[in-house]
Amino acid sequence: MAIDILMPALSPTMEQGKLAKWLKKEGDKVKPGDVLAEIETDKATMEVEAVDEGVLAKILVGDGTDNVAVNTPIAVLADVGEDLASAVASAKMPDLVALPAAAPVASEAAPATVPAAPAAPQVAYDAGTEVPAGTEMVNMTVREALRDAMAEEMRRDGNVFVMGEEVAEYQGAYKVTQGLLQEFGAKRVVDTPITEHGFAGIGVGAAFTGLRPIVEFMTFNFAMQAIDQIINSAAKTLYMSGGQLGAPIVFRGPNGAAARVAAQHSQDFAAWYSAIPGLKVVAPYSAADAKGLLKSAIRDPNPIIFLENEILYGQSFPVPVLDDFTLPIGKARIHRQGKDVTIVSFGMGMTYAIKAAQELEKEGIDVEIVDLRTIRPMDTDTIVASVMKTGRCITVEEGYPQSGVGAEIVARIMEKAFDYLDAPVLRVTGKDVPMPYAANLEKLALPNVGEVVQAVKAVTYR
Amino acid sequence: MAVAARKAGRAGSSAANKSTANKGSARKAVPNTPQFDKSQDLAAYNEMLLIRRFEEKSGQMYGMGLIGGFCHLYIGQEAVVVGMQMATKPGDQVITGYRDHGHMLACGMDAKGVMAELTGRRGGLSKGKGGSMHMFSKEKHFYGGHGIVGAQVSLGTGIAFANRYRDNGNVCLTYFGDGAANQGQVYESFNMAELWKLPVVYVIENNRYAMGTAVSRASAQTDFSKRGVSFNIPGEQVDGMDVRAVYAAGQRAVEHARSGKGPYILEMQTYRYRGHSMSDPAKYRTKDEVTRMREEHDPIEQVRRRLLESWKLSEDELKVIDGKVREIVNEAAEFATHDPEPDPSELYTDILL
Repeated sequence: MAIDILMPALSPTMEQGKLAKWLKKEGDKVKPGDVLAEIETDKATMEVEAVDEGVLAKILVGDGTDNVAVNTPIAVLADVGEDLASAVASAKMPDLVALPAAAPVASEAAPATVPAAPAAPQVAYDAGTEVPAGTEMVNMTVREALRDAMAEEMRRDGNVFVMGEEVAEYQGAYKVTQGLLQEFGAKRVVDTPITEHGFAGIGVGAAFTGLRPIVEFMTFNFAMQAIDQIINSAAKTLYMSGGQLGAPIVFRGPNGAAARVAAQHSQDFAAWYSAIPGLKVVAPYSAADAKGLLKSAIRDPNPIIFLENEILYGQSFPVPVLDDFTLPIGKARIHRQGKDVTIVSFGMGMTYAIKAAQELEKEGIDVEIVDLRTIRPMDTDTIVASVMKTGRCITVEEGYPQSGVGAEIVARIMEKAFDYLDAPVLRVTGKDVPMPYAANLEKLALPNVGEVVQAVKAVTYR
Repeated sequence: MAVAARKAGRAGSSAANKSTANKGSARKAVPNTPQFDKSQDLAAYNEMLLIRRFEEKSGQMYGMGLIGGFCHLYIGQEAVVVGMQMATKPGDQVITGYRDHGHMLACGMDAKGVMAELTGRRGGLSKGKGGSMHMFSKEKHFYGGHGIVGAQVSLGTGIAFANRYRDNGNVCLTYFGDGAANQGQVYESFNMAELWKLPVVYVIENNRYAMGTAVSRASAQTDFSKRGVSFNIPGEQVDGMDVRAVYAAGQRAVEHARSGKGPYILEMQTYRYRGHSMSDPAKYRTKDEVTRMREEHDPIEQVRRRLLESWKLSEDELKVIDGKVREIVNEAAEFATHDPEPDPSELYTDILL
């Protein structure tokens, strides 16, 4: 009985990968544990081992094939002695090997009443006034944009260094620091032990002396161990010293829910850090914003919390080709112009907002999307101007509802644009529960496109 | 006081406070306490006396309601910071916790500015926004002044990291108490400091009580010089009441760190005469214990005796020194009492650059 060997997933968020190399050839006998092939994604490489004993009857996906979707059959394994030709004939052939380089669509599934989400949108970067007219754009992933931002700033200023777990020799737990060790050496790309509290404090101490550390947390969940140093030391010392001693430091790493990693590894800390005077909190969505804002963050003399998202790392966006592309911290961006309703969101929340806007367009509702980009200081003016135009607003975030970023936005709109509102402002948030592991429960715990659509319809009385 | 009694006390002192070094489990003998020359004794006397008188004045002003909140006095521990400071060179940094007035004075920070910070006035070193626990001076390389027990250990290790990064030859003295020595981040920092051979000297000021909890009730290993053993950091126990012993140990530690060999731990066996803070009723120790330490081991009295006996200074000459110190402290108190509070507009300054 022939068995299909399927393309494995290297991580909970992996959608596709490259079949780098076969180490066995057709006709080879294999036993469990034998390495059959090497596969890789942009962040990791792994060996595919045989699970069953048999003969490699047919290789379906050849060496060097890119964009092989997870669970695609990549080979057929026949029983020893089985007729190889009939084994191959009985096996499924992959009908979709080379996928377009689409964004992952994790956690977008919505309740049955909601129409299926459309294909991942092409995000047109609205150059606006931030990029000179006619600037060439190149597609790159958020991951590459972040890496380029760090590399450019490290070339520019010898005081900039990056430290964290697995940032150097491993090339980054999520491959965001890929290549930095090779270019800048171990002095400036510092692997730390697993010791968040300690290395966060070391980073802050170094920053007190004028160095500009980039402290990578493997995820912001682990920064909970370090939050005392971030808040009590980094954020408050400038004030406590009467302006003498600041901490020019960037704390960065993936924030929010990844996929299927349960409660301790899935939490959005945007609201937490945004509550603290003395910090700036940045949460980009697109690769261009990730690059321009990280470069600005590294140059900023204040402590910056730079919240990334694991699911966005692999998504591609157009990024301006400029020698020195920076963006101002504290400025929101109108991602999409519209006249009927404003959606305010940031980071991963933008993916729901954008898809919902496309759905709503079909029903004649013209949505304006404000991408906050910076949570603190919050660009209240841009939010209020949009709400004054549309008269209706909802917020979208993956964080908890209570004391969330949405709650803050609602309060500011109420204080500054109450008379312009034609409906109460609604919030779409993560649910008020620790993140569950089960796939169905996790989907329910996260916001989804259907909820955004419903909230927009509620405030537009549709 | 009778000389004989003092001599007896001195003998008791050296017996109670042994000077030993260890690397891993192997202890090695260290040189005997060196003698100070006259100028060293005079300098140490001046510095320690300034801290003592300053802290006494702080206590008075706290009692008068001029100083608010927490106020942790350094009285009794003066030899530690003064001896260590004598072992440094310009450019070396200091960072400590919240019992920090003595460290600031020893670093050469202006007594007026320190006192005015205690009273929350605009002429305070932090413009009145930091208070007793939070003062800093980039000019004097003093990095605070930190209120979270143990946080300064990671921060000081980071300052040493920056020294190493810049290869500037400076050493960071990182002070903390026997209480902070049980915090987790201390050991995270020890690990990285030795791993990366950072130029940091960890000065553990063991004053026997973490607030009101005696060392023996809080610490499974009460020999703090051994706290770096599992990281291969050498350590010594030092008679922290004898400024000469502190200085000698400080020189060894600073030299070790500066030469690229990595961190060094000094356990300073010292004693605070006053409570943990001003509101401390000190029910956890006997009055006798405090009296005995004051009478038999006082760090200032030890130097005073040498000035009189070995260096043949007269009581009158010491009175002149005393008078000058009192003048500095009184001026500081005067300034701190009459300097205006910060302008209300300062509420919203210095949050971000």
